[in-house]
Amino acid sequence: MSLRVIPIFFIGIVSRSNKARFPFLREMNMTTTEQNIDQILIPILEQVSDPEIPVLSIMDMGVVRSAVIESNIVKVEITPTYSGCPAMDVIGDDIKAALKAAGYHSEIELILAPAWTTDWITLRGRKALEDYGIAAPLDAEADKDVLLEGKRIVKCTNCGSQNTRLVSQFGSTACKAQFQCDDCQEPFDYFKCLK
Amino acid sequence: MKQNLYNYILGIADNSLILGQRLGELTGHGPSLETDIACTNISLDLFGQVRSYFQYAAKIAGDNRTEDDIAMLRKEREYVNVLLVEQPNRDFAYTMARQFLFDIYHLLFLQELEKSKDLTLSAIATKSIKEVSYHERFSGDWIKRLGDGTEVSKAKMQDAIDGLWTYTDELFHQTEADKAMVAEGIGVDVTKLKETYYKKVNEILEEATLEIPESKWFQKGGKEGIHTEHLGYLLAELQYMQRAYPNMEW
Repeated sequence: MSLRVIPIFFIGIVSRSNKARFPFLREMNMTTTEQNIDQILIPILEQVSDPEIPVLSIMDMGVVRSAVIESNIVKVEITPTYSGCPAMDVIGDDIKAALKAAGYHSEIELILAPAWTTDWITLRGRKALEDYGIAAPLDAEADKDVLLEGKRIVKCTNCGSQNTRLVSQFGSTACKAQFQCDDCQEPFDYFKCLK
Repeated sequence: MKQNLYNYILGIADNSLILGQRLGELTGHGPSLETDIACTNISLDLFGQVRSYFQYAAKIAGDNRTEDDIAMLRKEREYVNVLLVEQPNRDFAYTMARQFLFDIYHLLFLQELEKSKDLTLSAIATKSIKEVSYHERFSGDWIKRLGDGTEVSKAKMQDAIDGLWTYTDELFHQTEADKAMVAEGIGVDVTKLKETYYKKVNEILEEATLEIPESKWFQKGGKEGIHTEHLGYLLAELQYMQRAYPNMEW
């Protein structure tokens, strides 16, 4: 897990070549769609992981909203977890590469609506997060309790104790907060609830 | 080109761009590792939102301009952010007070923008609300911690609130683009947010045992491109690479 993604992004915003490297970022078509993914494409897309959390496939993350084959071109729609998520550029590239390796040309589009929510992380995804050392998001109410009221209910990813405390509301990436376990002393990330 | 809509989007996005840049200055310089990361994370959220707005604005412009052109290639007078967000990071209390005074407004604004007839603006608002709710919690928390903290932290926070208060009223001024967009059901009538804003701000200041400033003298001008001296220095840094190496690409 990268410690800091911010400096990379500061380079990014000055960049003028994103349009050349990531043309899909140029055309943002923010239409509403249900998740619609062609069965044949699922195994390919499952190979692509979130570069910040390598154990988590983008399918389990819920960022792929649609993937369909139209006249030999795979059209993929992805949605960002957070607006500024720098991983989206890499994810777009990685999807293209994975599809190419499987013999498909593809077009990737970034969509904003409906907005991503942590509810879209699958059960398998939640388990992968926990195994990796990131506590999975609680429901919205419990999330408020731990981030605002200092309640000790987030389970330590190391020893399972709930005797954990908030260190910082913001963690190594925008989607996480920092916690520490007061039993085994393990510091760990908590994936914040986004509804 | 839909000039009013274009100007209207810039009016929203410039606030996030300039505040994002200010927070970004703290990368590696925050008072503690946790606050450093928090400030730069908030900056990242704001820049992400700015990209969505500027991509949309570039599309409306319909010429060859890109999101980066809009962000990097304007002169000081062409930025239409409010004066509040360009104020410098004097100390951490000042940085948090500025953030708090903006966050309360930002969330109220986005909750209205979500109802816009313009589907793109509405989608950006829905996405941003989730992020800005966290910003508001973070800055509000620091107002209380420092306000209701030690004698020194309280004095510094009071000083920051007193100093920045004069920039709050401008948030509720309407530009020509605002009026046109409100009439079309696209824009937010900011004048209607004022009462709720001060009510929310005052509640947190009271909880933080801080005095609510009584000054009725307010600064304005940012929305018309008339800025405080601080913006020029900020832009000098923001635009440095483009000025040193015009049209450079990574």
